Amino acid sequence: MDLQIALLLGQDGMTNGAIYALLSLALVLVFAVTRVIFIPQGEFVAFGALTLASFQAGKTPGTLWLLIGAGVVVALVDVTQALRSGMPRRILRIVGWNLVYPAAAAAVVFLLKPGDFPLLAQIVLALALVVPLGPMIYRLAFQPLAEASVLVLLIVAVAVHLALVGLGLLFFGAEGSRTPAFSDASFNLGLVTVSGQTLWVVGASLLLIVVLFAFFERTIYGKALRATAMNRTGARLMGISTVMAGRLSFLLAALIGAFSGILIAPITTVYYDTGFLIGLKGFVGAIVGGLASYPIAAAGAILVGLLESFSSFWASAFKEVIVFTLIIPVLVWRSLTTRHVEEDE
Amino acid sequence: MAEIKTILEVEDLCVSYGKVEALHHASIKVGEGQIVTVIGPNGAGKTTMLCSIMGLLPHTSGAIRFLGQKLGDAEVEQMVSLGINLVPESRALFGEMSVGDNLLLGAFMRHLAGHRDHEQIMEEVFQIFPRLKERREQHAGTLSGGERQMLALARALMAKPKVLLLDEPSLGLAPLIVREIFRVIADLKKSGVSILLVEQNARAALQVADYAYVLETGEIALEGASDQLIDDPKVVESYLGLGGKR
Amino acid sequence: MPPRLVLSGFLGLLLILPLVASEFQVTLLNYIGLYAIVALGLVLLTGVGGLTSFGQAAFVGLGAYTTAYLSTAEGLPGWASILGGSPWIGLLVGLLVTALVAYLLGLLTLRLSGHYLPLGTIAWGISLYFLFGNLEFLGGHTGMSGIPALSLFGIELKDGRKFYYVVWLAVLGAVWLTQNLLDSREGRAIRALKGGVVMAEAMGVDTARSKVMIFLVAALFACVSGWLYAHLQRFVNPTPFGLHIGIEYLFMAVVGGAAHVWGALIGAGVITVLKQWLQDWLPKLLGASGNFEVIVFGVMMIFVLQRARDGLWPILTRFVPQREAKREVPQGEALPKKPTPESGQVLLEARNVFKRFGGLVANNNMSLTVKAGEVMALIGPNGAGKSTMFNCVSGVDSASEGEVLFRGEAVTNLNSRQIARRGMSRTFQHVRLLPTMTVLENVAIGGHLRGSKGVLSAMLHLERGEEARLLAEAARQVERVGLKDSMFGLAGSLALGQQRTMEIARALCADPCLLLLDEPAAGLRYMEKQSLAKLLRKLRGEGMGILLVEHDMDFVMGLADRVVVMEFGEKIAEGLPDEVQRDPAVLEAYLGGVD
Repeated sequence: MDLQIALLLGQDGMTNGAIYALLSLALVLVFAVTRVIFIPQGEFVAFGALTLASFQAGKTPGTLWLLIGAGVVVALVDVTQALRSGMPRRILRIVGWNLVYPAAAAAVVFLLKPGDFPLLAQIVLALALVVPLGPMIYRLAFQPLAEASVLVLLIVAVAVHLALVGLGLLFFGAEGSRTPAFSDASFNLGLVTVSGQTLWVVGASLLLIVVLFAFFERTIYGKALRATAMNRTGARLMGISTVMAGRLSFLLAALIGAFSGILIAPITTVYYDTGFLIGLKGFVGAIVGGLASYPIAAAGAILVGLLESFSSFWASAFKEVIVFTLIIPVLVWRSLTTRHVEEDE
Repeated sequence: MAEIKTILEVEDLCVSYGKVEALHHASIKVGEGQIVTVIGPNGAGKTTMLCSIMGLLPHTSGAIRFLGQKLGDAEVEQMVSLGINLVPESRALFGEMSVGDNLLLGAFMRHLAGHRDHEQIMEEVFQIFPRLKERREQHAGTLSGGERQMLALARALMAKPKVLLLDEPSLGLAPLIVREIFRVIADLKKSGVSILLVEQNARAALQVADYAYVLETGEIALEGASDQLIDDPKVVESYLGLGGKR
Repeated sequence: MPPRLVLSGFLGLLLILPLVASEFQVTLLNYIGLYAIVALGLVLLTGVGGLTSFGQAAFVGLGAYTTAYLSTAEGLPGWASILGGSPWIGLLVGLLVTALVAYLLGLLTLRLSGHYLPLGTIAWGISLYFLFGNLEFLGGHTGMSGIPALSLFGIELKDGRKFYYVVWLAVLGAVWLTQNLLDSREGRAIRALKGGVVMAEAMGVDTARSKVMIFLVAALFACVSGWLYAHLQRFVNPTPFGLHIGIEYLFMAVVGGAAHVWGALIGAGVITVLKQWLQDWLPKLLGASGNFEVIVFGVMMIFVLQRARDGLWPILTRFVPQREAKREVPQGEALPKKPTPESGQVLLEARNVFKRFGGLVANNNMSLTVKAGEVMALIGPNGAGKSTMFNCVSGVDSASEGEVLFRGEAVTNLNSRQIARRGMSRTFQHVRLLPTMTVLENVAIGGHLRGSKGVLSAMLHLERGEEARLLAEAARQVERVGLKDSMFGLAGSLALGQQRTMEIARALCADPCLLLLDEPAAGLRYMEKQSLAKLLRKLRGEGMGILLVEHDMDFVMGLADRVVVMEFGEKIAEGLPDEVQRDPAVLEAYLGGVD
């Protein structure tokens, strides 16, 4: 390996690492707020990428049907509950978010031909279709189990992952898609050529991280989420409802996932099941951070990206073996450094 | 207490953990602008009562009324929006957040309801607890025990509560700080907040309260005006057993 | 219908099914059997032991690939050629390889706490899968074919109908072994892993060892299933050993009822049949090909966990009568007892113990002694540090500074298991029992250290003699504390006071010379308190030392020989009950100061 190859691999690793870092932040957030280990994170990556690709291919993205379907189910469940608990005033809001919003999205998709939109508008529309799925999934799968143990929530998360992968196959088919690069520019920096897309990915990831940071540090909702993560009961006593915090954190996780998918869609061919391994690599980062520290998680994720790209050079067939085997010592280290508290079921 | 309007009423409240009944047909009343204390030895069910009033624990039977209106299975968030705030025994502070942010979140429900006056309330709260103003940027986790209790109280005040539920505010605090906390509690009463105070430190609680209940193994064993209870030998007995004869 | 008949009916059905079923149905039954073996391992591991694993498919792969390699490989190096050829050697080597890999993985990952363990199993599940697919000598992603059929007594089992009997014999064997294991001393230790680790350790159970044991058993079951699979299919590739299949195995256990042995069979049956059916119909229905059954499985799993977390088996058993629980009081010879120390001899001595948590000093220079034949009470207001002191003494936690001597020996840095072995036994402030086990079984956990037979003899039920003596001892202790009528009831259905009493029986079952009781009278009714006091007086009369943390002053003052009062982590008074009650410092600690 010479320096040029090393730089090339480094660039590759940084690009993937940036994506893993974004995902690891979402995983830490969701776990801290809801105690859910969010295995289906990767599906949002795939859905984001494939939705954008569908627009560009002039097709109706399958996520639209998913949004409508999930909306109907959530509306049914929530309306029943609102009637049962004698709060019919809530129905308007429920119908608005879960039926009217998806219908409006469908209208845009069918009437306005998003295939002709500029890229930015396509991205926004793709996010508008995928992101609401986050809180809907929280409502259906996790909210009824808010008091369950982390292990039960983990098994549910795995079940949601399975269901979403199957739905991904149903709605997007088995073929993969790749979107054109955001920019064809490339920059020559002495030894190495940096592609415009790399800069996009790294830049957009950084921007999103800054925005998230500002959200958590500057807004009362961001602070409310952090408060729930630190002390659930304390937060409830302030009137911060666990359900609200859960929905909000799933919304953010879905946003981060779908956005990451849109960023990598031009770099790699995305299949309906591609997201899983990407999400798990974000996980390795999150675990390095003990599912608690955002900066350590992000750093860990970038490390995973670099490790992956360098191991693909040395032993390409074993790159997954290497990455996933390395989780184990990290897990051991993490579990030795966190004080064990017996979880009584 | 005939002329005083009852703001919070607990009637025949029973709470069970599984098969174990922690609270057995307990009834108490808090009058508007009063301090009412529930004292009793460890494990008598005092915390259970507060948690149940607050909606953190479901009750098996009985009723909780706020201004005469029965609250069904109200959730914590609803209680907060009604103006009922609990300062729990654990304080439940947000340790990795600044004192200022802790206070800000105290006004979260008001923010949801559209109020934007948290700066002003915070100034008022700082008047009561000047020490917190000095520590505004400091993480709550770095505060001393007494300061934490003050922050917990201050944070609850940020919600402009009508009824304040205090769970063992003196727990684990040095005597000097206990005195300061009780001074604040007495001041709060003057500003019109109704307070339900749960305490193990019976003497301090009885000195500040208008009316008192003694809870013993889940039941109200004794009640009366606090100046009468303060010298009642039965109180000592319930704490120290039969040997209370001195 | 008596339960025995249901079982015989089931066995009879198993016997004749291949004679009447179609080729396809037999194949399906074979797969159900194979999956059920893996799911059984998960019942033990996850349902009973509380250790969630998504990676069992990898162990199935190890079993399958080992035999595939050994029975097809040509040109094995000379030293290894003896291993080639026979499926039986494949099984043996497979079991050895799996045991080795599982032991290493177990050593590493079983130390993981809480949710880190399942994440660890996902990690090695993926790693091993990619390893199978990328190792050239295992045929890469194409796999290996030409695996010979099994031969048994000269009969070649090429036909699915013949193979069926081998599969189901293995299933029933695994069921038998698992049930035997659960119904034993080791089994009770295993059942304590879920939510009872602190308690079990205090009773002397090496829970880390128990975890490794069930992990090994589950892995070996999976390996056997893999071995059978390889010789049934006679072809292996990496696909059936991937993470998603590992997830499916876990689903089988959960859907069937992860805490029940028969749940594994139900789960394997339901998922396998459903999968087959969905794979037939969904693509037709949806007009596309693919594994759409995962959608249904995912949604079903969410539904099961939200609505029926215990799975299908408990629902089914409502319709099938259960075998009446044994009601006979177990009989057996008495177990050997340790010599009782002389009354008045110092048993426990804590010298200048400090315990710090970060900046907080929970115990500040605490000293106390307990002698044989006395009741020593430790009292103090909430948060005074009594429980911390208790934990330091009993090895649940260790003191930051100072010394704890038990019968003259320093035990300051020993863990609770080692201390239990030396004759100290305790109860807990928040009752720690296993609610789904009977009172008798719960109490028998206390006698764990008085037995010695291991997992293997338990699985084969070679330890019945020792087991009878242990249960008989437990029964004696249950009677001694006055719970004879509830002996065969579930511990979870006792009233709180009885649960506390049961904890005392459990502690007594360990044959201790010092009892540590953490609030034994809390939640007891007046009469119950009286009989508890009577029991403790009797134990004291027999020379037992008793250290008591208690809030109920009537109880303490009427019973204790000496009292130590704590406040803010320090000792503020010590003496006879009467003296302590008159001590102004004590009055102030309890009732607060007056200005």
